[in-house]
Amino acid sequence: MIDLLDKHKPIAERHARMMAMGVNAVGLTNDKILSPTRAMINGRETILAGTNNYMGITFDADCIKAGQQAMAEFGTGTTGSRIANGSYALHKELEAELGLFLNRKHCIVFTTGYQANLGMISGLAGPKDTIFLDADSHSSIYDGCTLSGAKLVRFRHNDATDLDKRLTRSEGEEGGRLVVVEGIYSMLGDRAPLADFVAVKKKHGFQLLADEAHSFGVLGPHGRGLADEAGVEDDIDFIVGTFSKSVGAIGGFGAGNHPLFETLRYAMRPYMFTASSSPASIATSIAAIKKLAAEPERRDRLRANSARLFAGFKGLGLDMGCDTVSPVIAVKCADEVSTIAMWNALLEAGVYVNIALPPGTPNKLCLLRCSVSAAHSFDDIDKIIALFGKVVASRAAA
Amino acid sequence: MTASPETIDQICKLLEPFNSTGKVLTPDTEIATDLNIDSVAVMDFVMEVEDHFDIEIPLNVVSETHSIGDLAAVVDARVKKA
Repeated sequence: MIDLLDKHKPIAERHARMMAMGVNAVGLTNDKILSPTRAMINGRETILAGTNNYMGITFDADCIKAGQQAMAEFGTGTTGSRIANGSYALHKELEAELGLFLNRKHCIVFTTGYQANLGMISGLAGPKDTIFLDADSHSSIYDGCTLSGAKLVRFRHNDATDLDKRLTRSEGEEGGRLVVVEGIYSMLGDRAPLADFVAVKKKHGFQLLADEAHSFGVLGPHGRGLADEAGVEDDIDFIVGTFSKSVGAIGGFGAGNHPLFETLRYAMRPYMFTASSSPASIATSIAAIKKLAAEPERRDRLRANSARLFAGFKGLGLDMGCDTVSPVIAVKCADEVSTIAMWNALLEAGVYVNIALPPGTPNKLCLLRCSVSAAHSFDDIDKIIALFGKVVASRAAA
Repeated sequence: MTASPETIDQICKLLEPFNSTGKVLTPDTEIATDLNIDSVAVMDFVMEVEDHFDIEIPLNVVSETHSIGDLAAVVDARVKKA
């Protein structure tokens, strides 16, 4: 008999090497969450700078109250899918609220952000179609593409000219064409040059999907994401996003103005064959989206915090993930062993960031990745900068 | 499927920068498993092959192509078609 798990032995060995260096960088336990920016980890109060909690909304009193009330009124779980068990009034309310916020005619909510990409991409493209996806796309996009059965063409990251070339090569082939890009890329924090992609769209004709997971609630005058910031919303056919970042809950969504959009509900397996999200999660999402609309100052605070951390790291001479400021601020490190060591040292000094290693990163990069929150104080940001100065900059100089 | 020696040579040249094992490349070399190249790097390498030959090799085809010889045959078939 061939043991099915034998093939994972190299992963086990790599993990054992990491464990031998200290704590488990990919399986950390937060013993207590004290606030959007503080947790107790290994008995120490730690600044959280790797949570994607961009709006710092997870402990908002109104959101908590909405969640508690929904749980009391609708119960702990939905115990089934919306197709089989029916929707709750809350689902409909969330979709209406989101449509209003996004200024889109149709919204469909999913149980997680991962499923939103799986559902939308596999619902839109089928085996006869071609999907052109950015090389640095998130795994949920790759997995959605695989699920669709479409022909998959990968173009160079953020390179509209390269996309143009690949579209030209496949000219005349049967089926529709879907292009998938992201608002803010989760590893390096860079943005898609949307206007360039829109120009290629006008030349070739295709349908365009933007995953605004890290930019929803964050970018644009209305907080609707990169398309809002770039002023090209009318040219983006489909938006995908998540409730697990700016919204501080769990779930995801797809949105668009297409007249057949609602039909996707009966064509997306990751929507049809999974339980819908819990009443508490839906209700906190509704409350949080109302806050994103009513409290633009949260975005201003996030922007100021992000700019401060970015400038601080630049000042230390760190090798940054990209040149534009966003709440995702990554620092490139020399190799896996030193990255793990620095991550450990940062944690012991009281700051939690993400560690990102190949193949989860583009171009084999080893990264210490920070995500900034509107709930960070300038004092928090300055502490993070100082610790990176002590742990990361000094090592780079040595 | 057999591939031309020229195509195999060219693919080996393009693959060399991704080969950190020092192993000698032959048509039977399995690109991912023998050379310990992760899934993202395999896709990056295939992009170099696409651009060199000015052809499209969809990811669905990449996932069924394991050895250098397999890839060379795919390239030859697609160059001819174009």
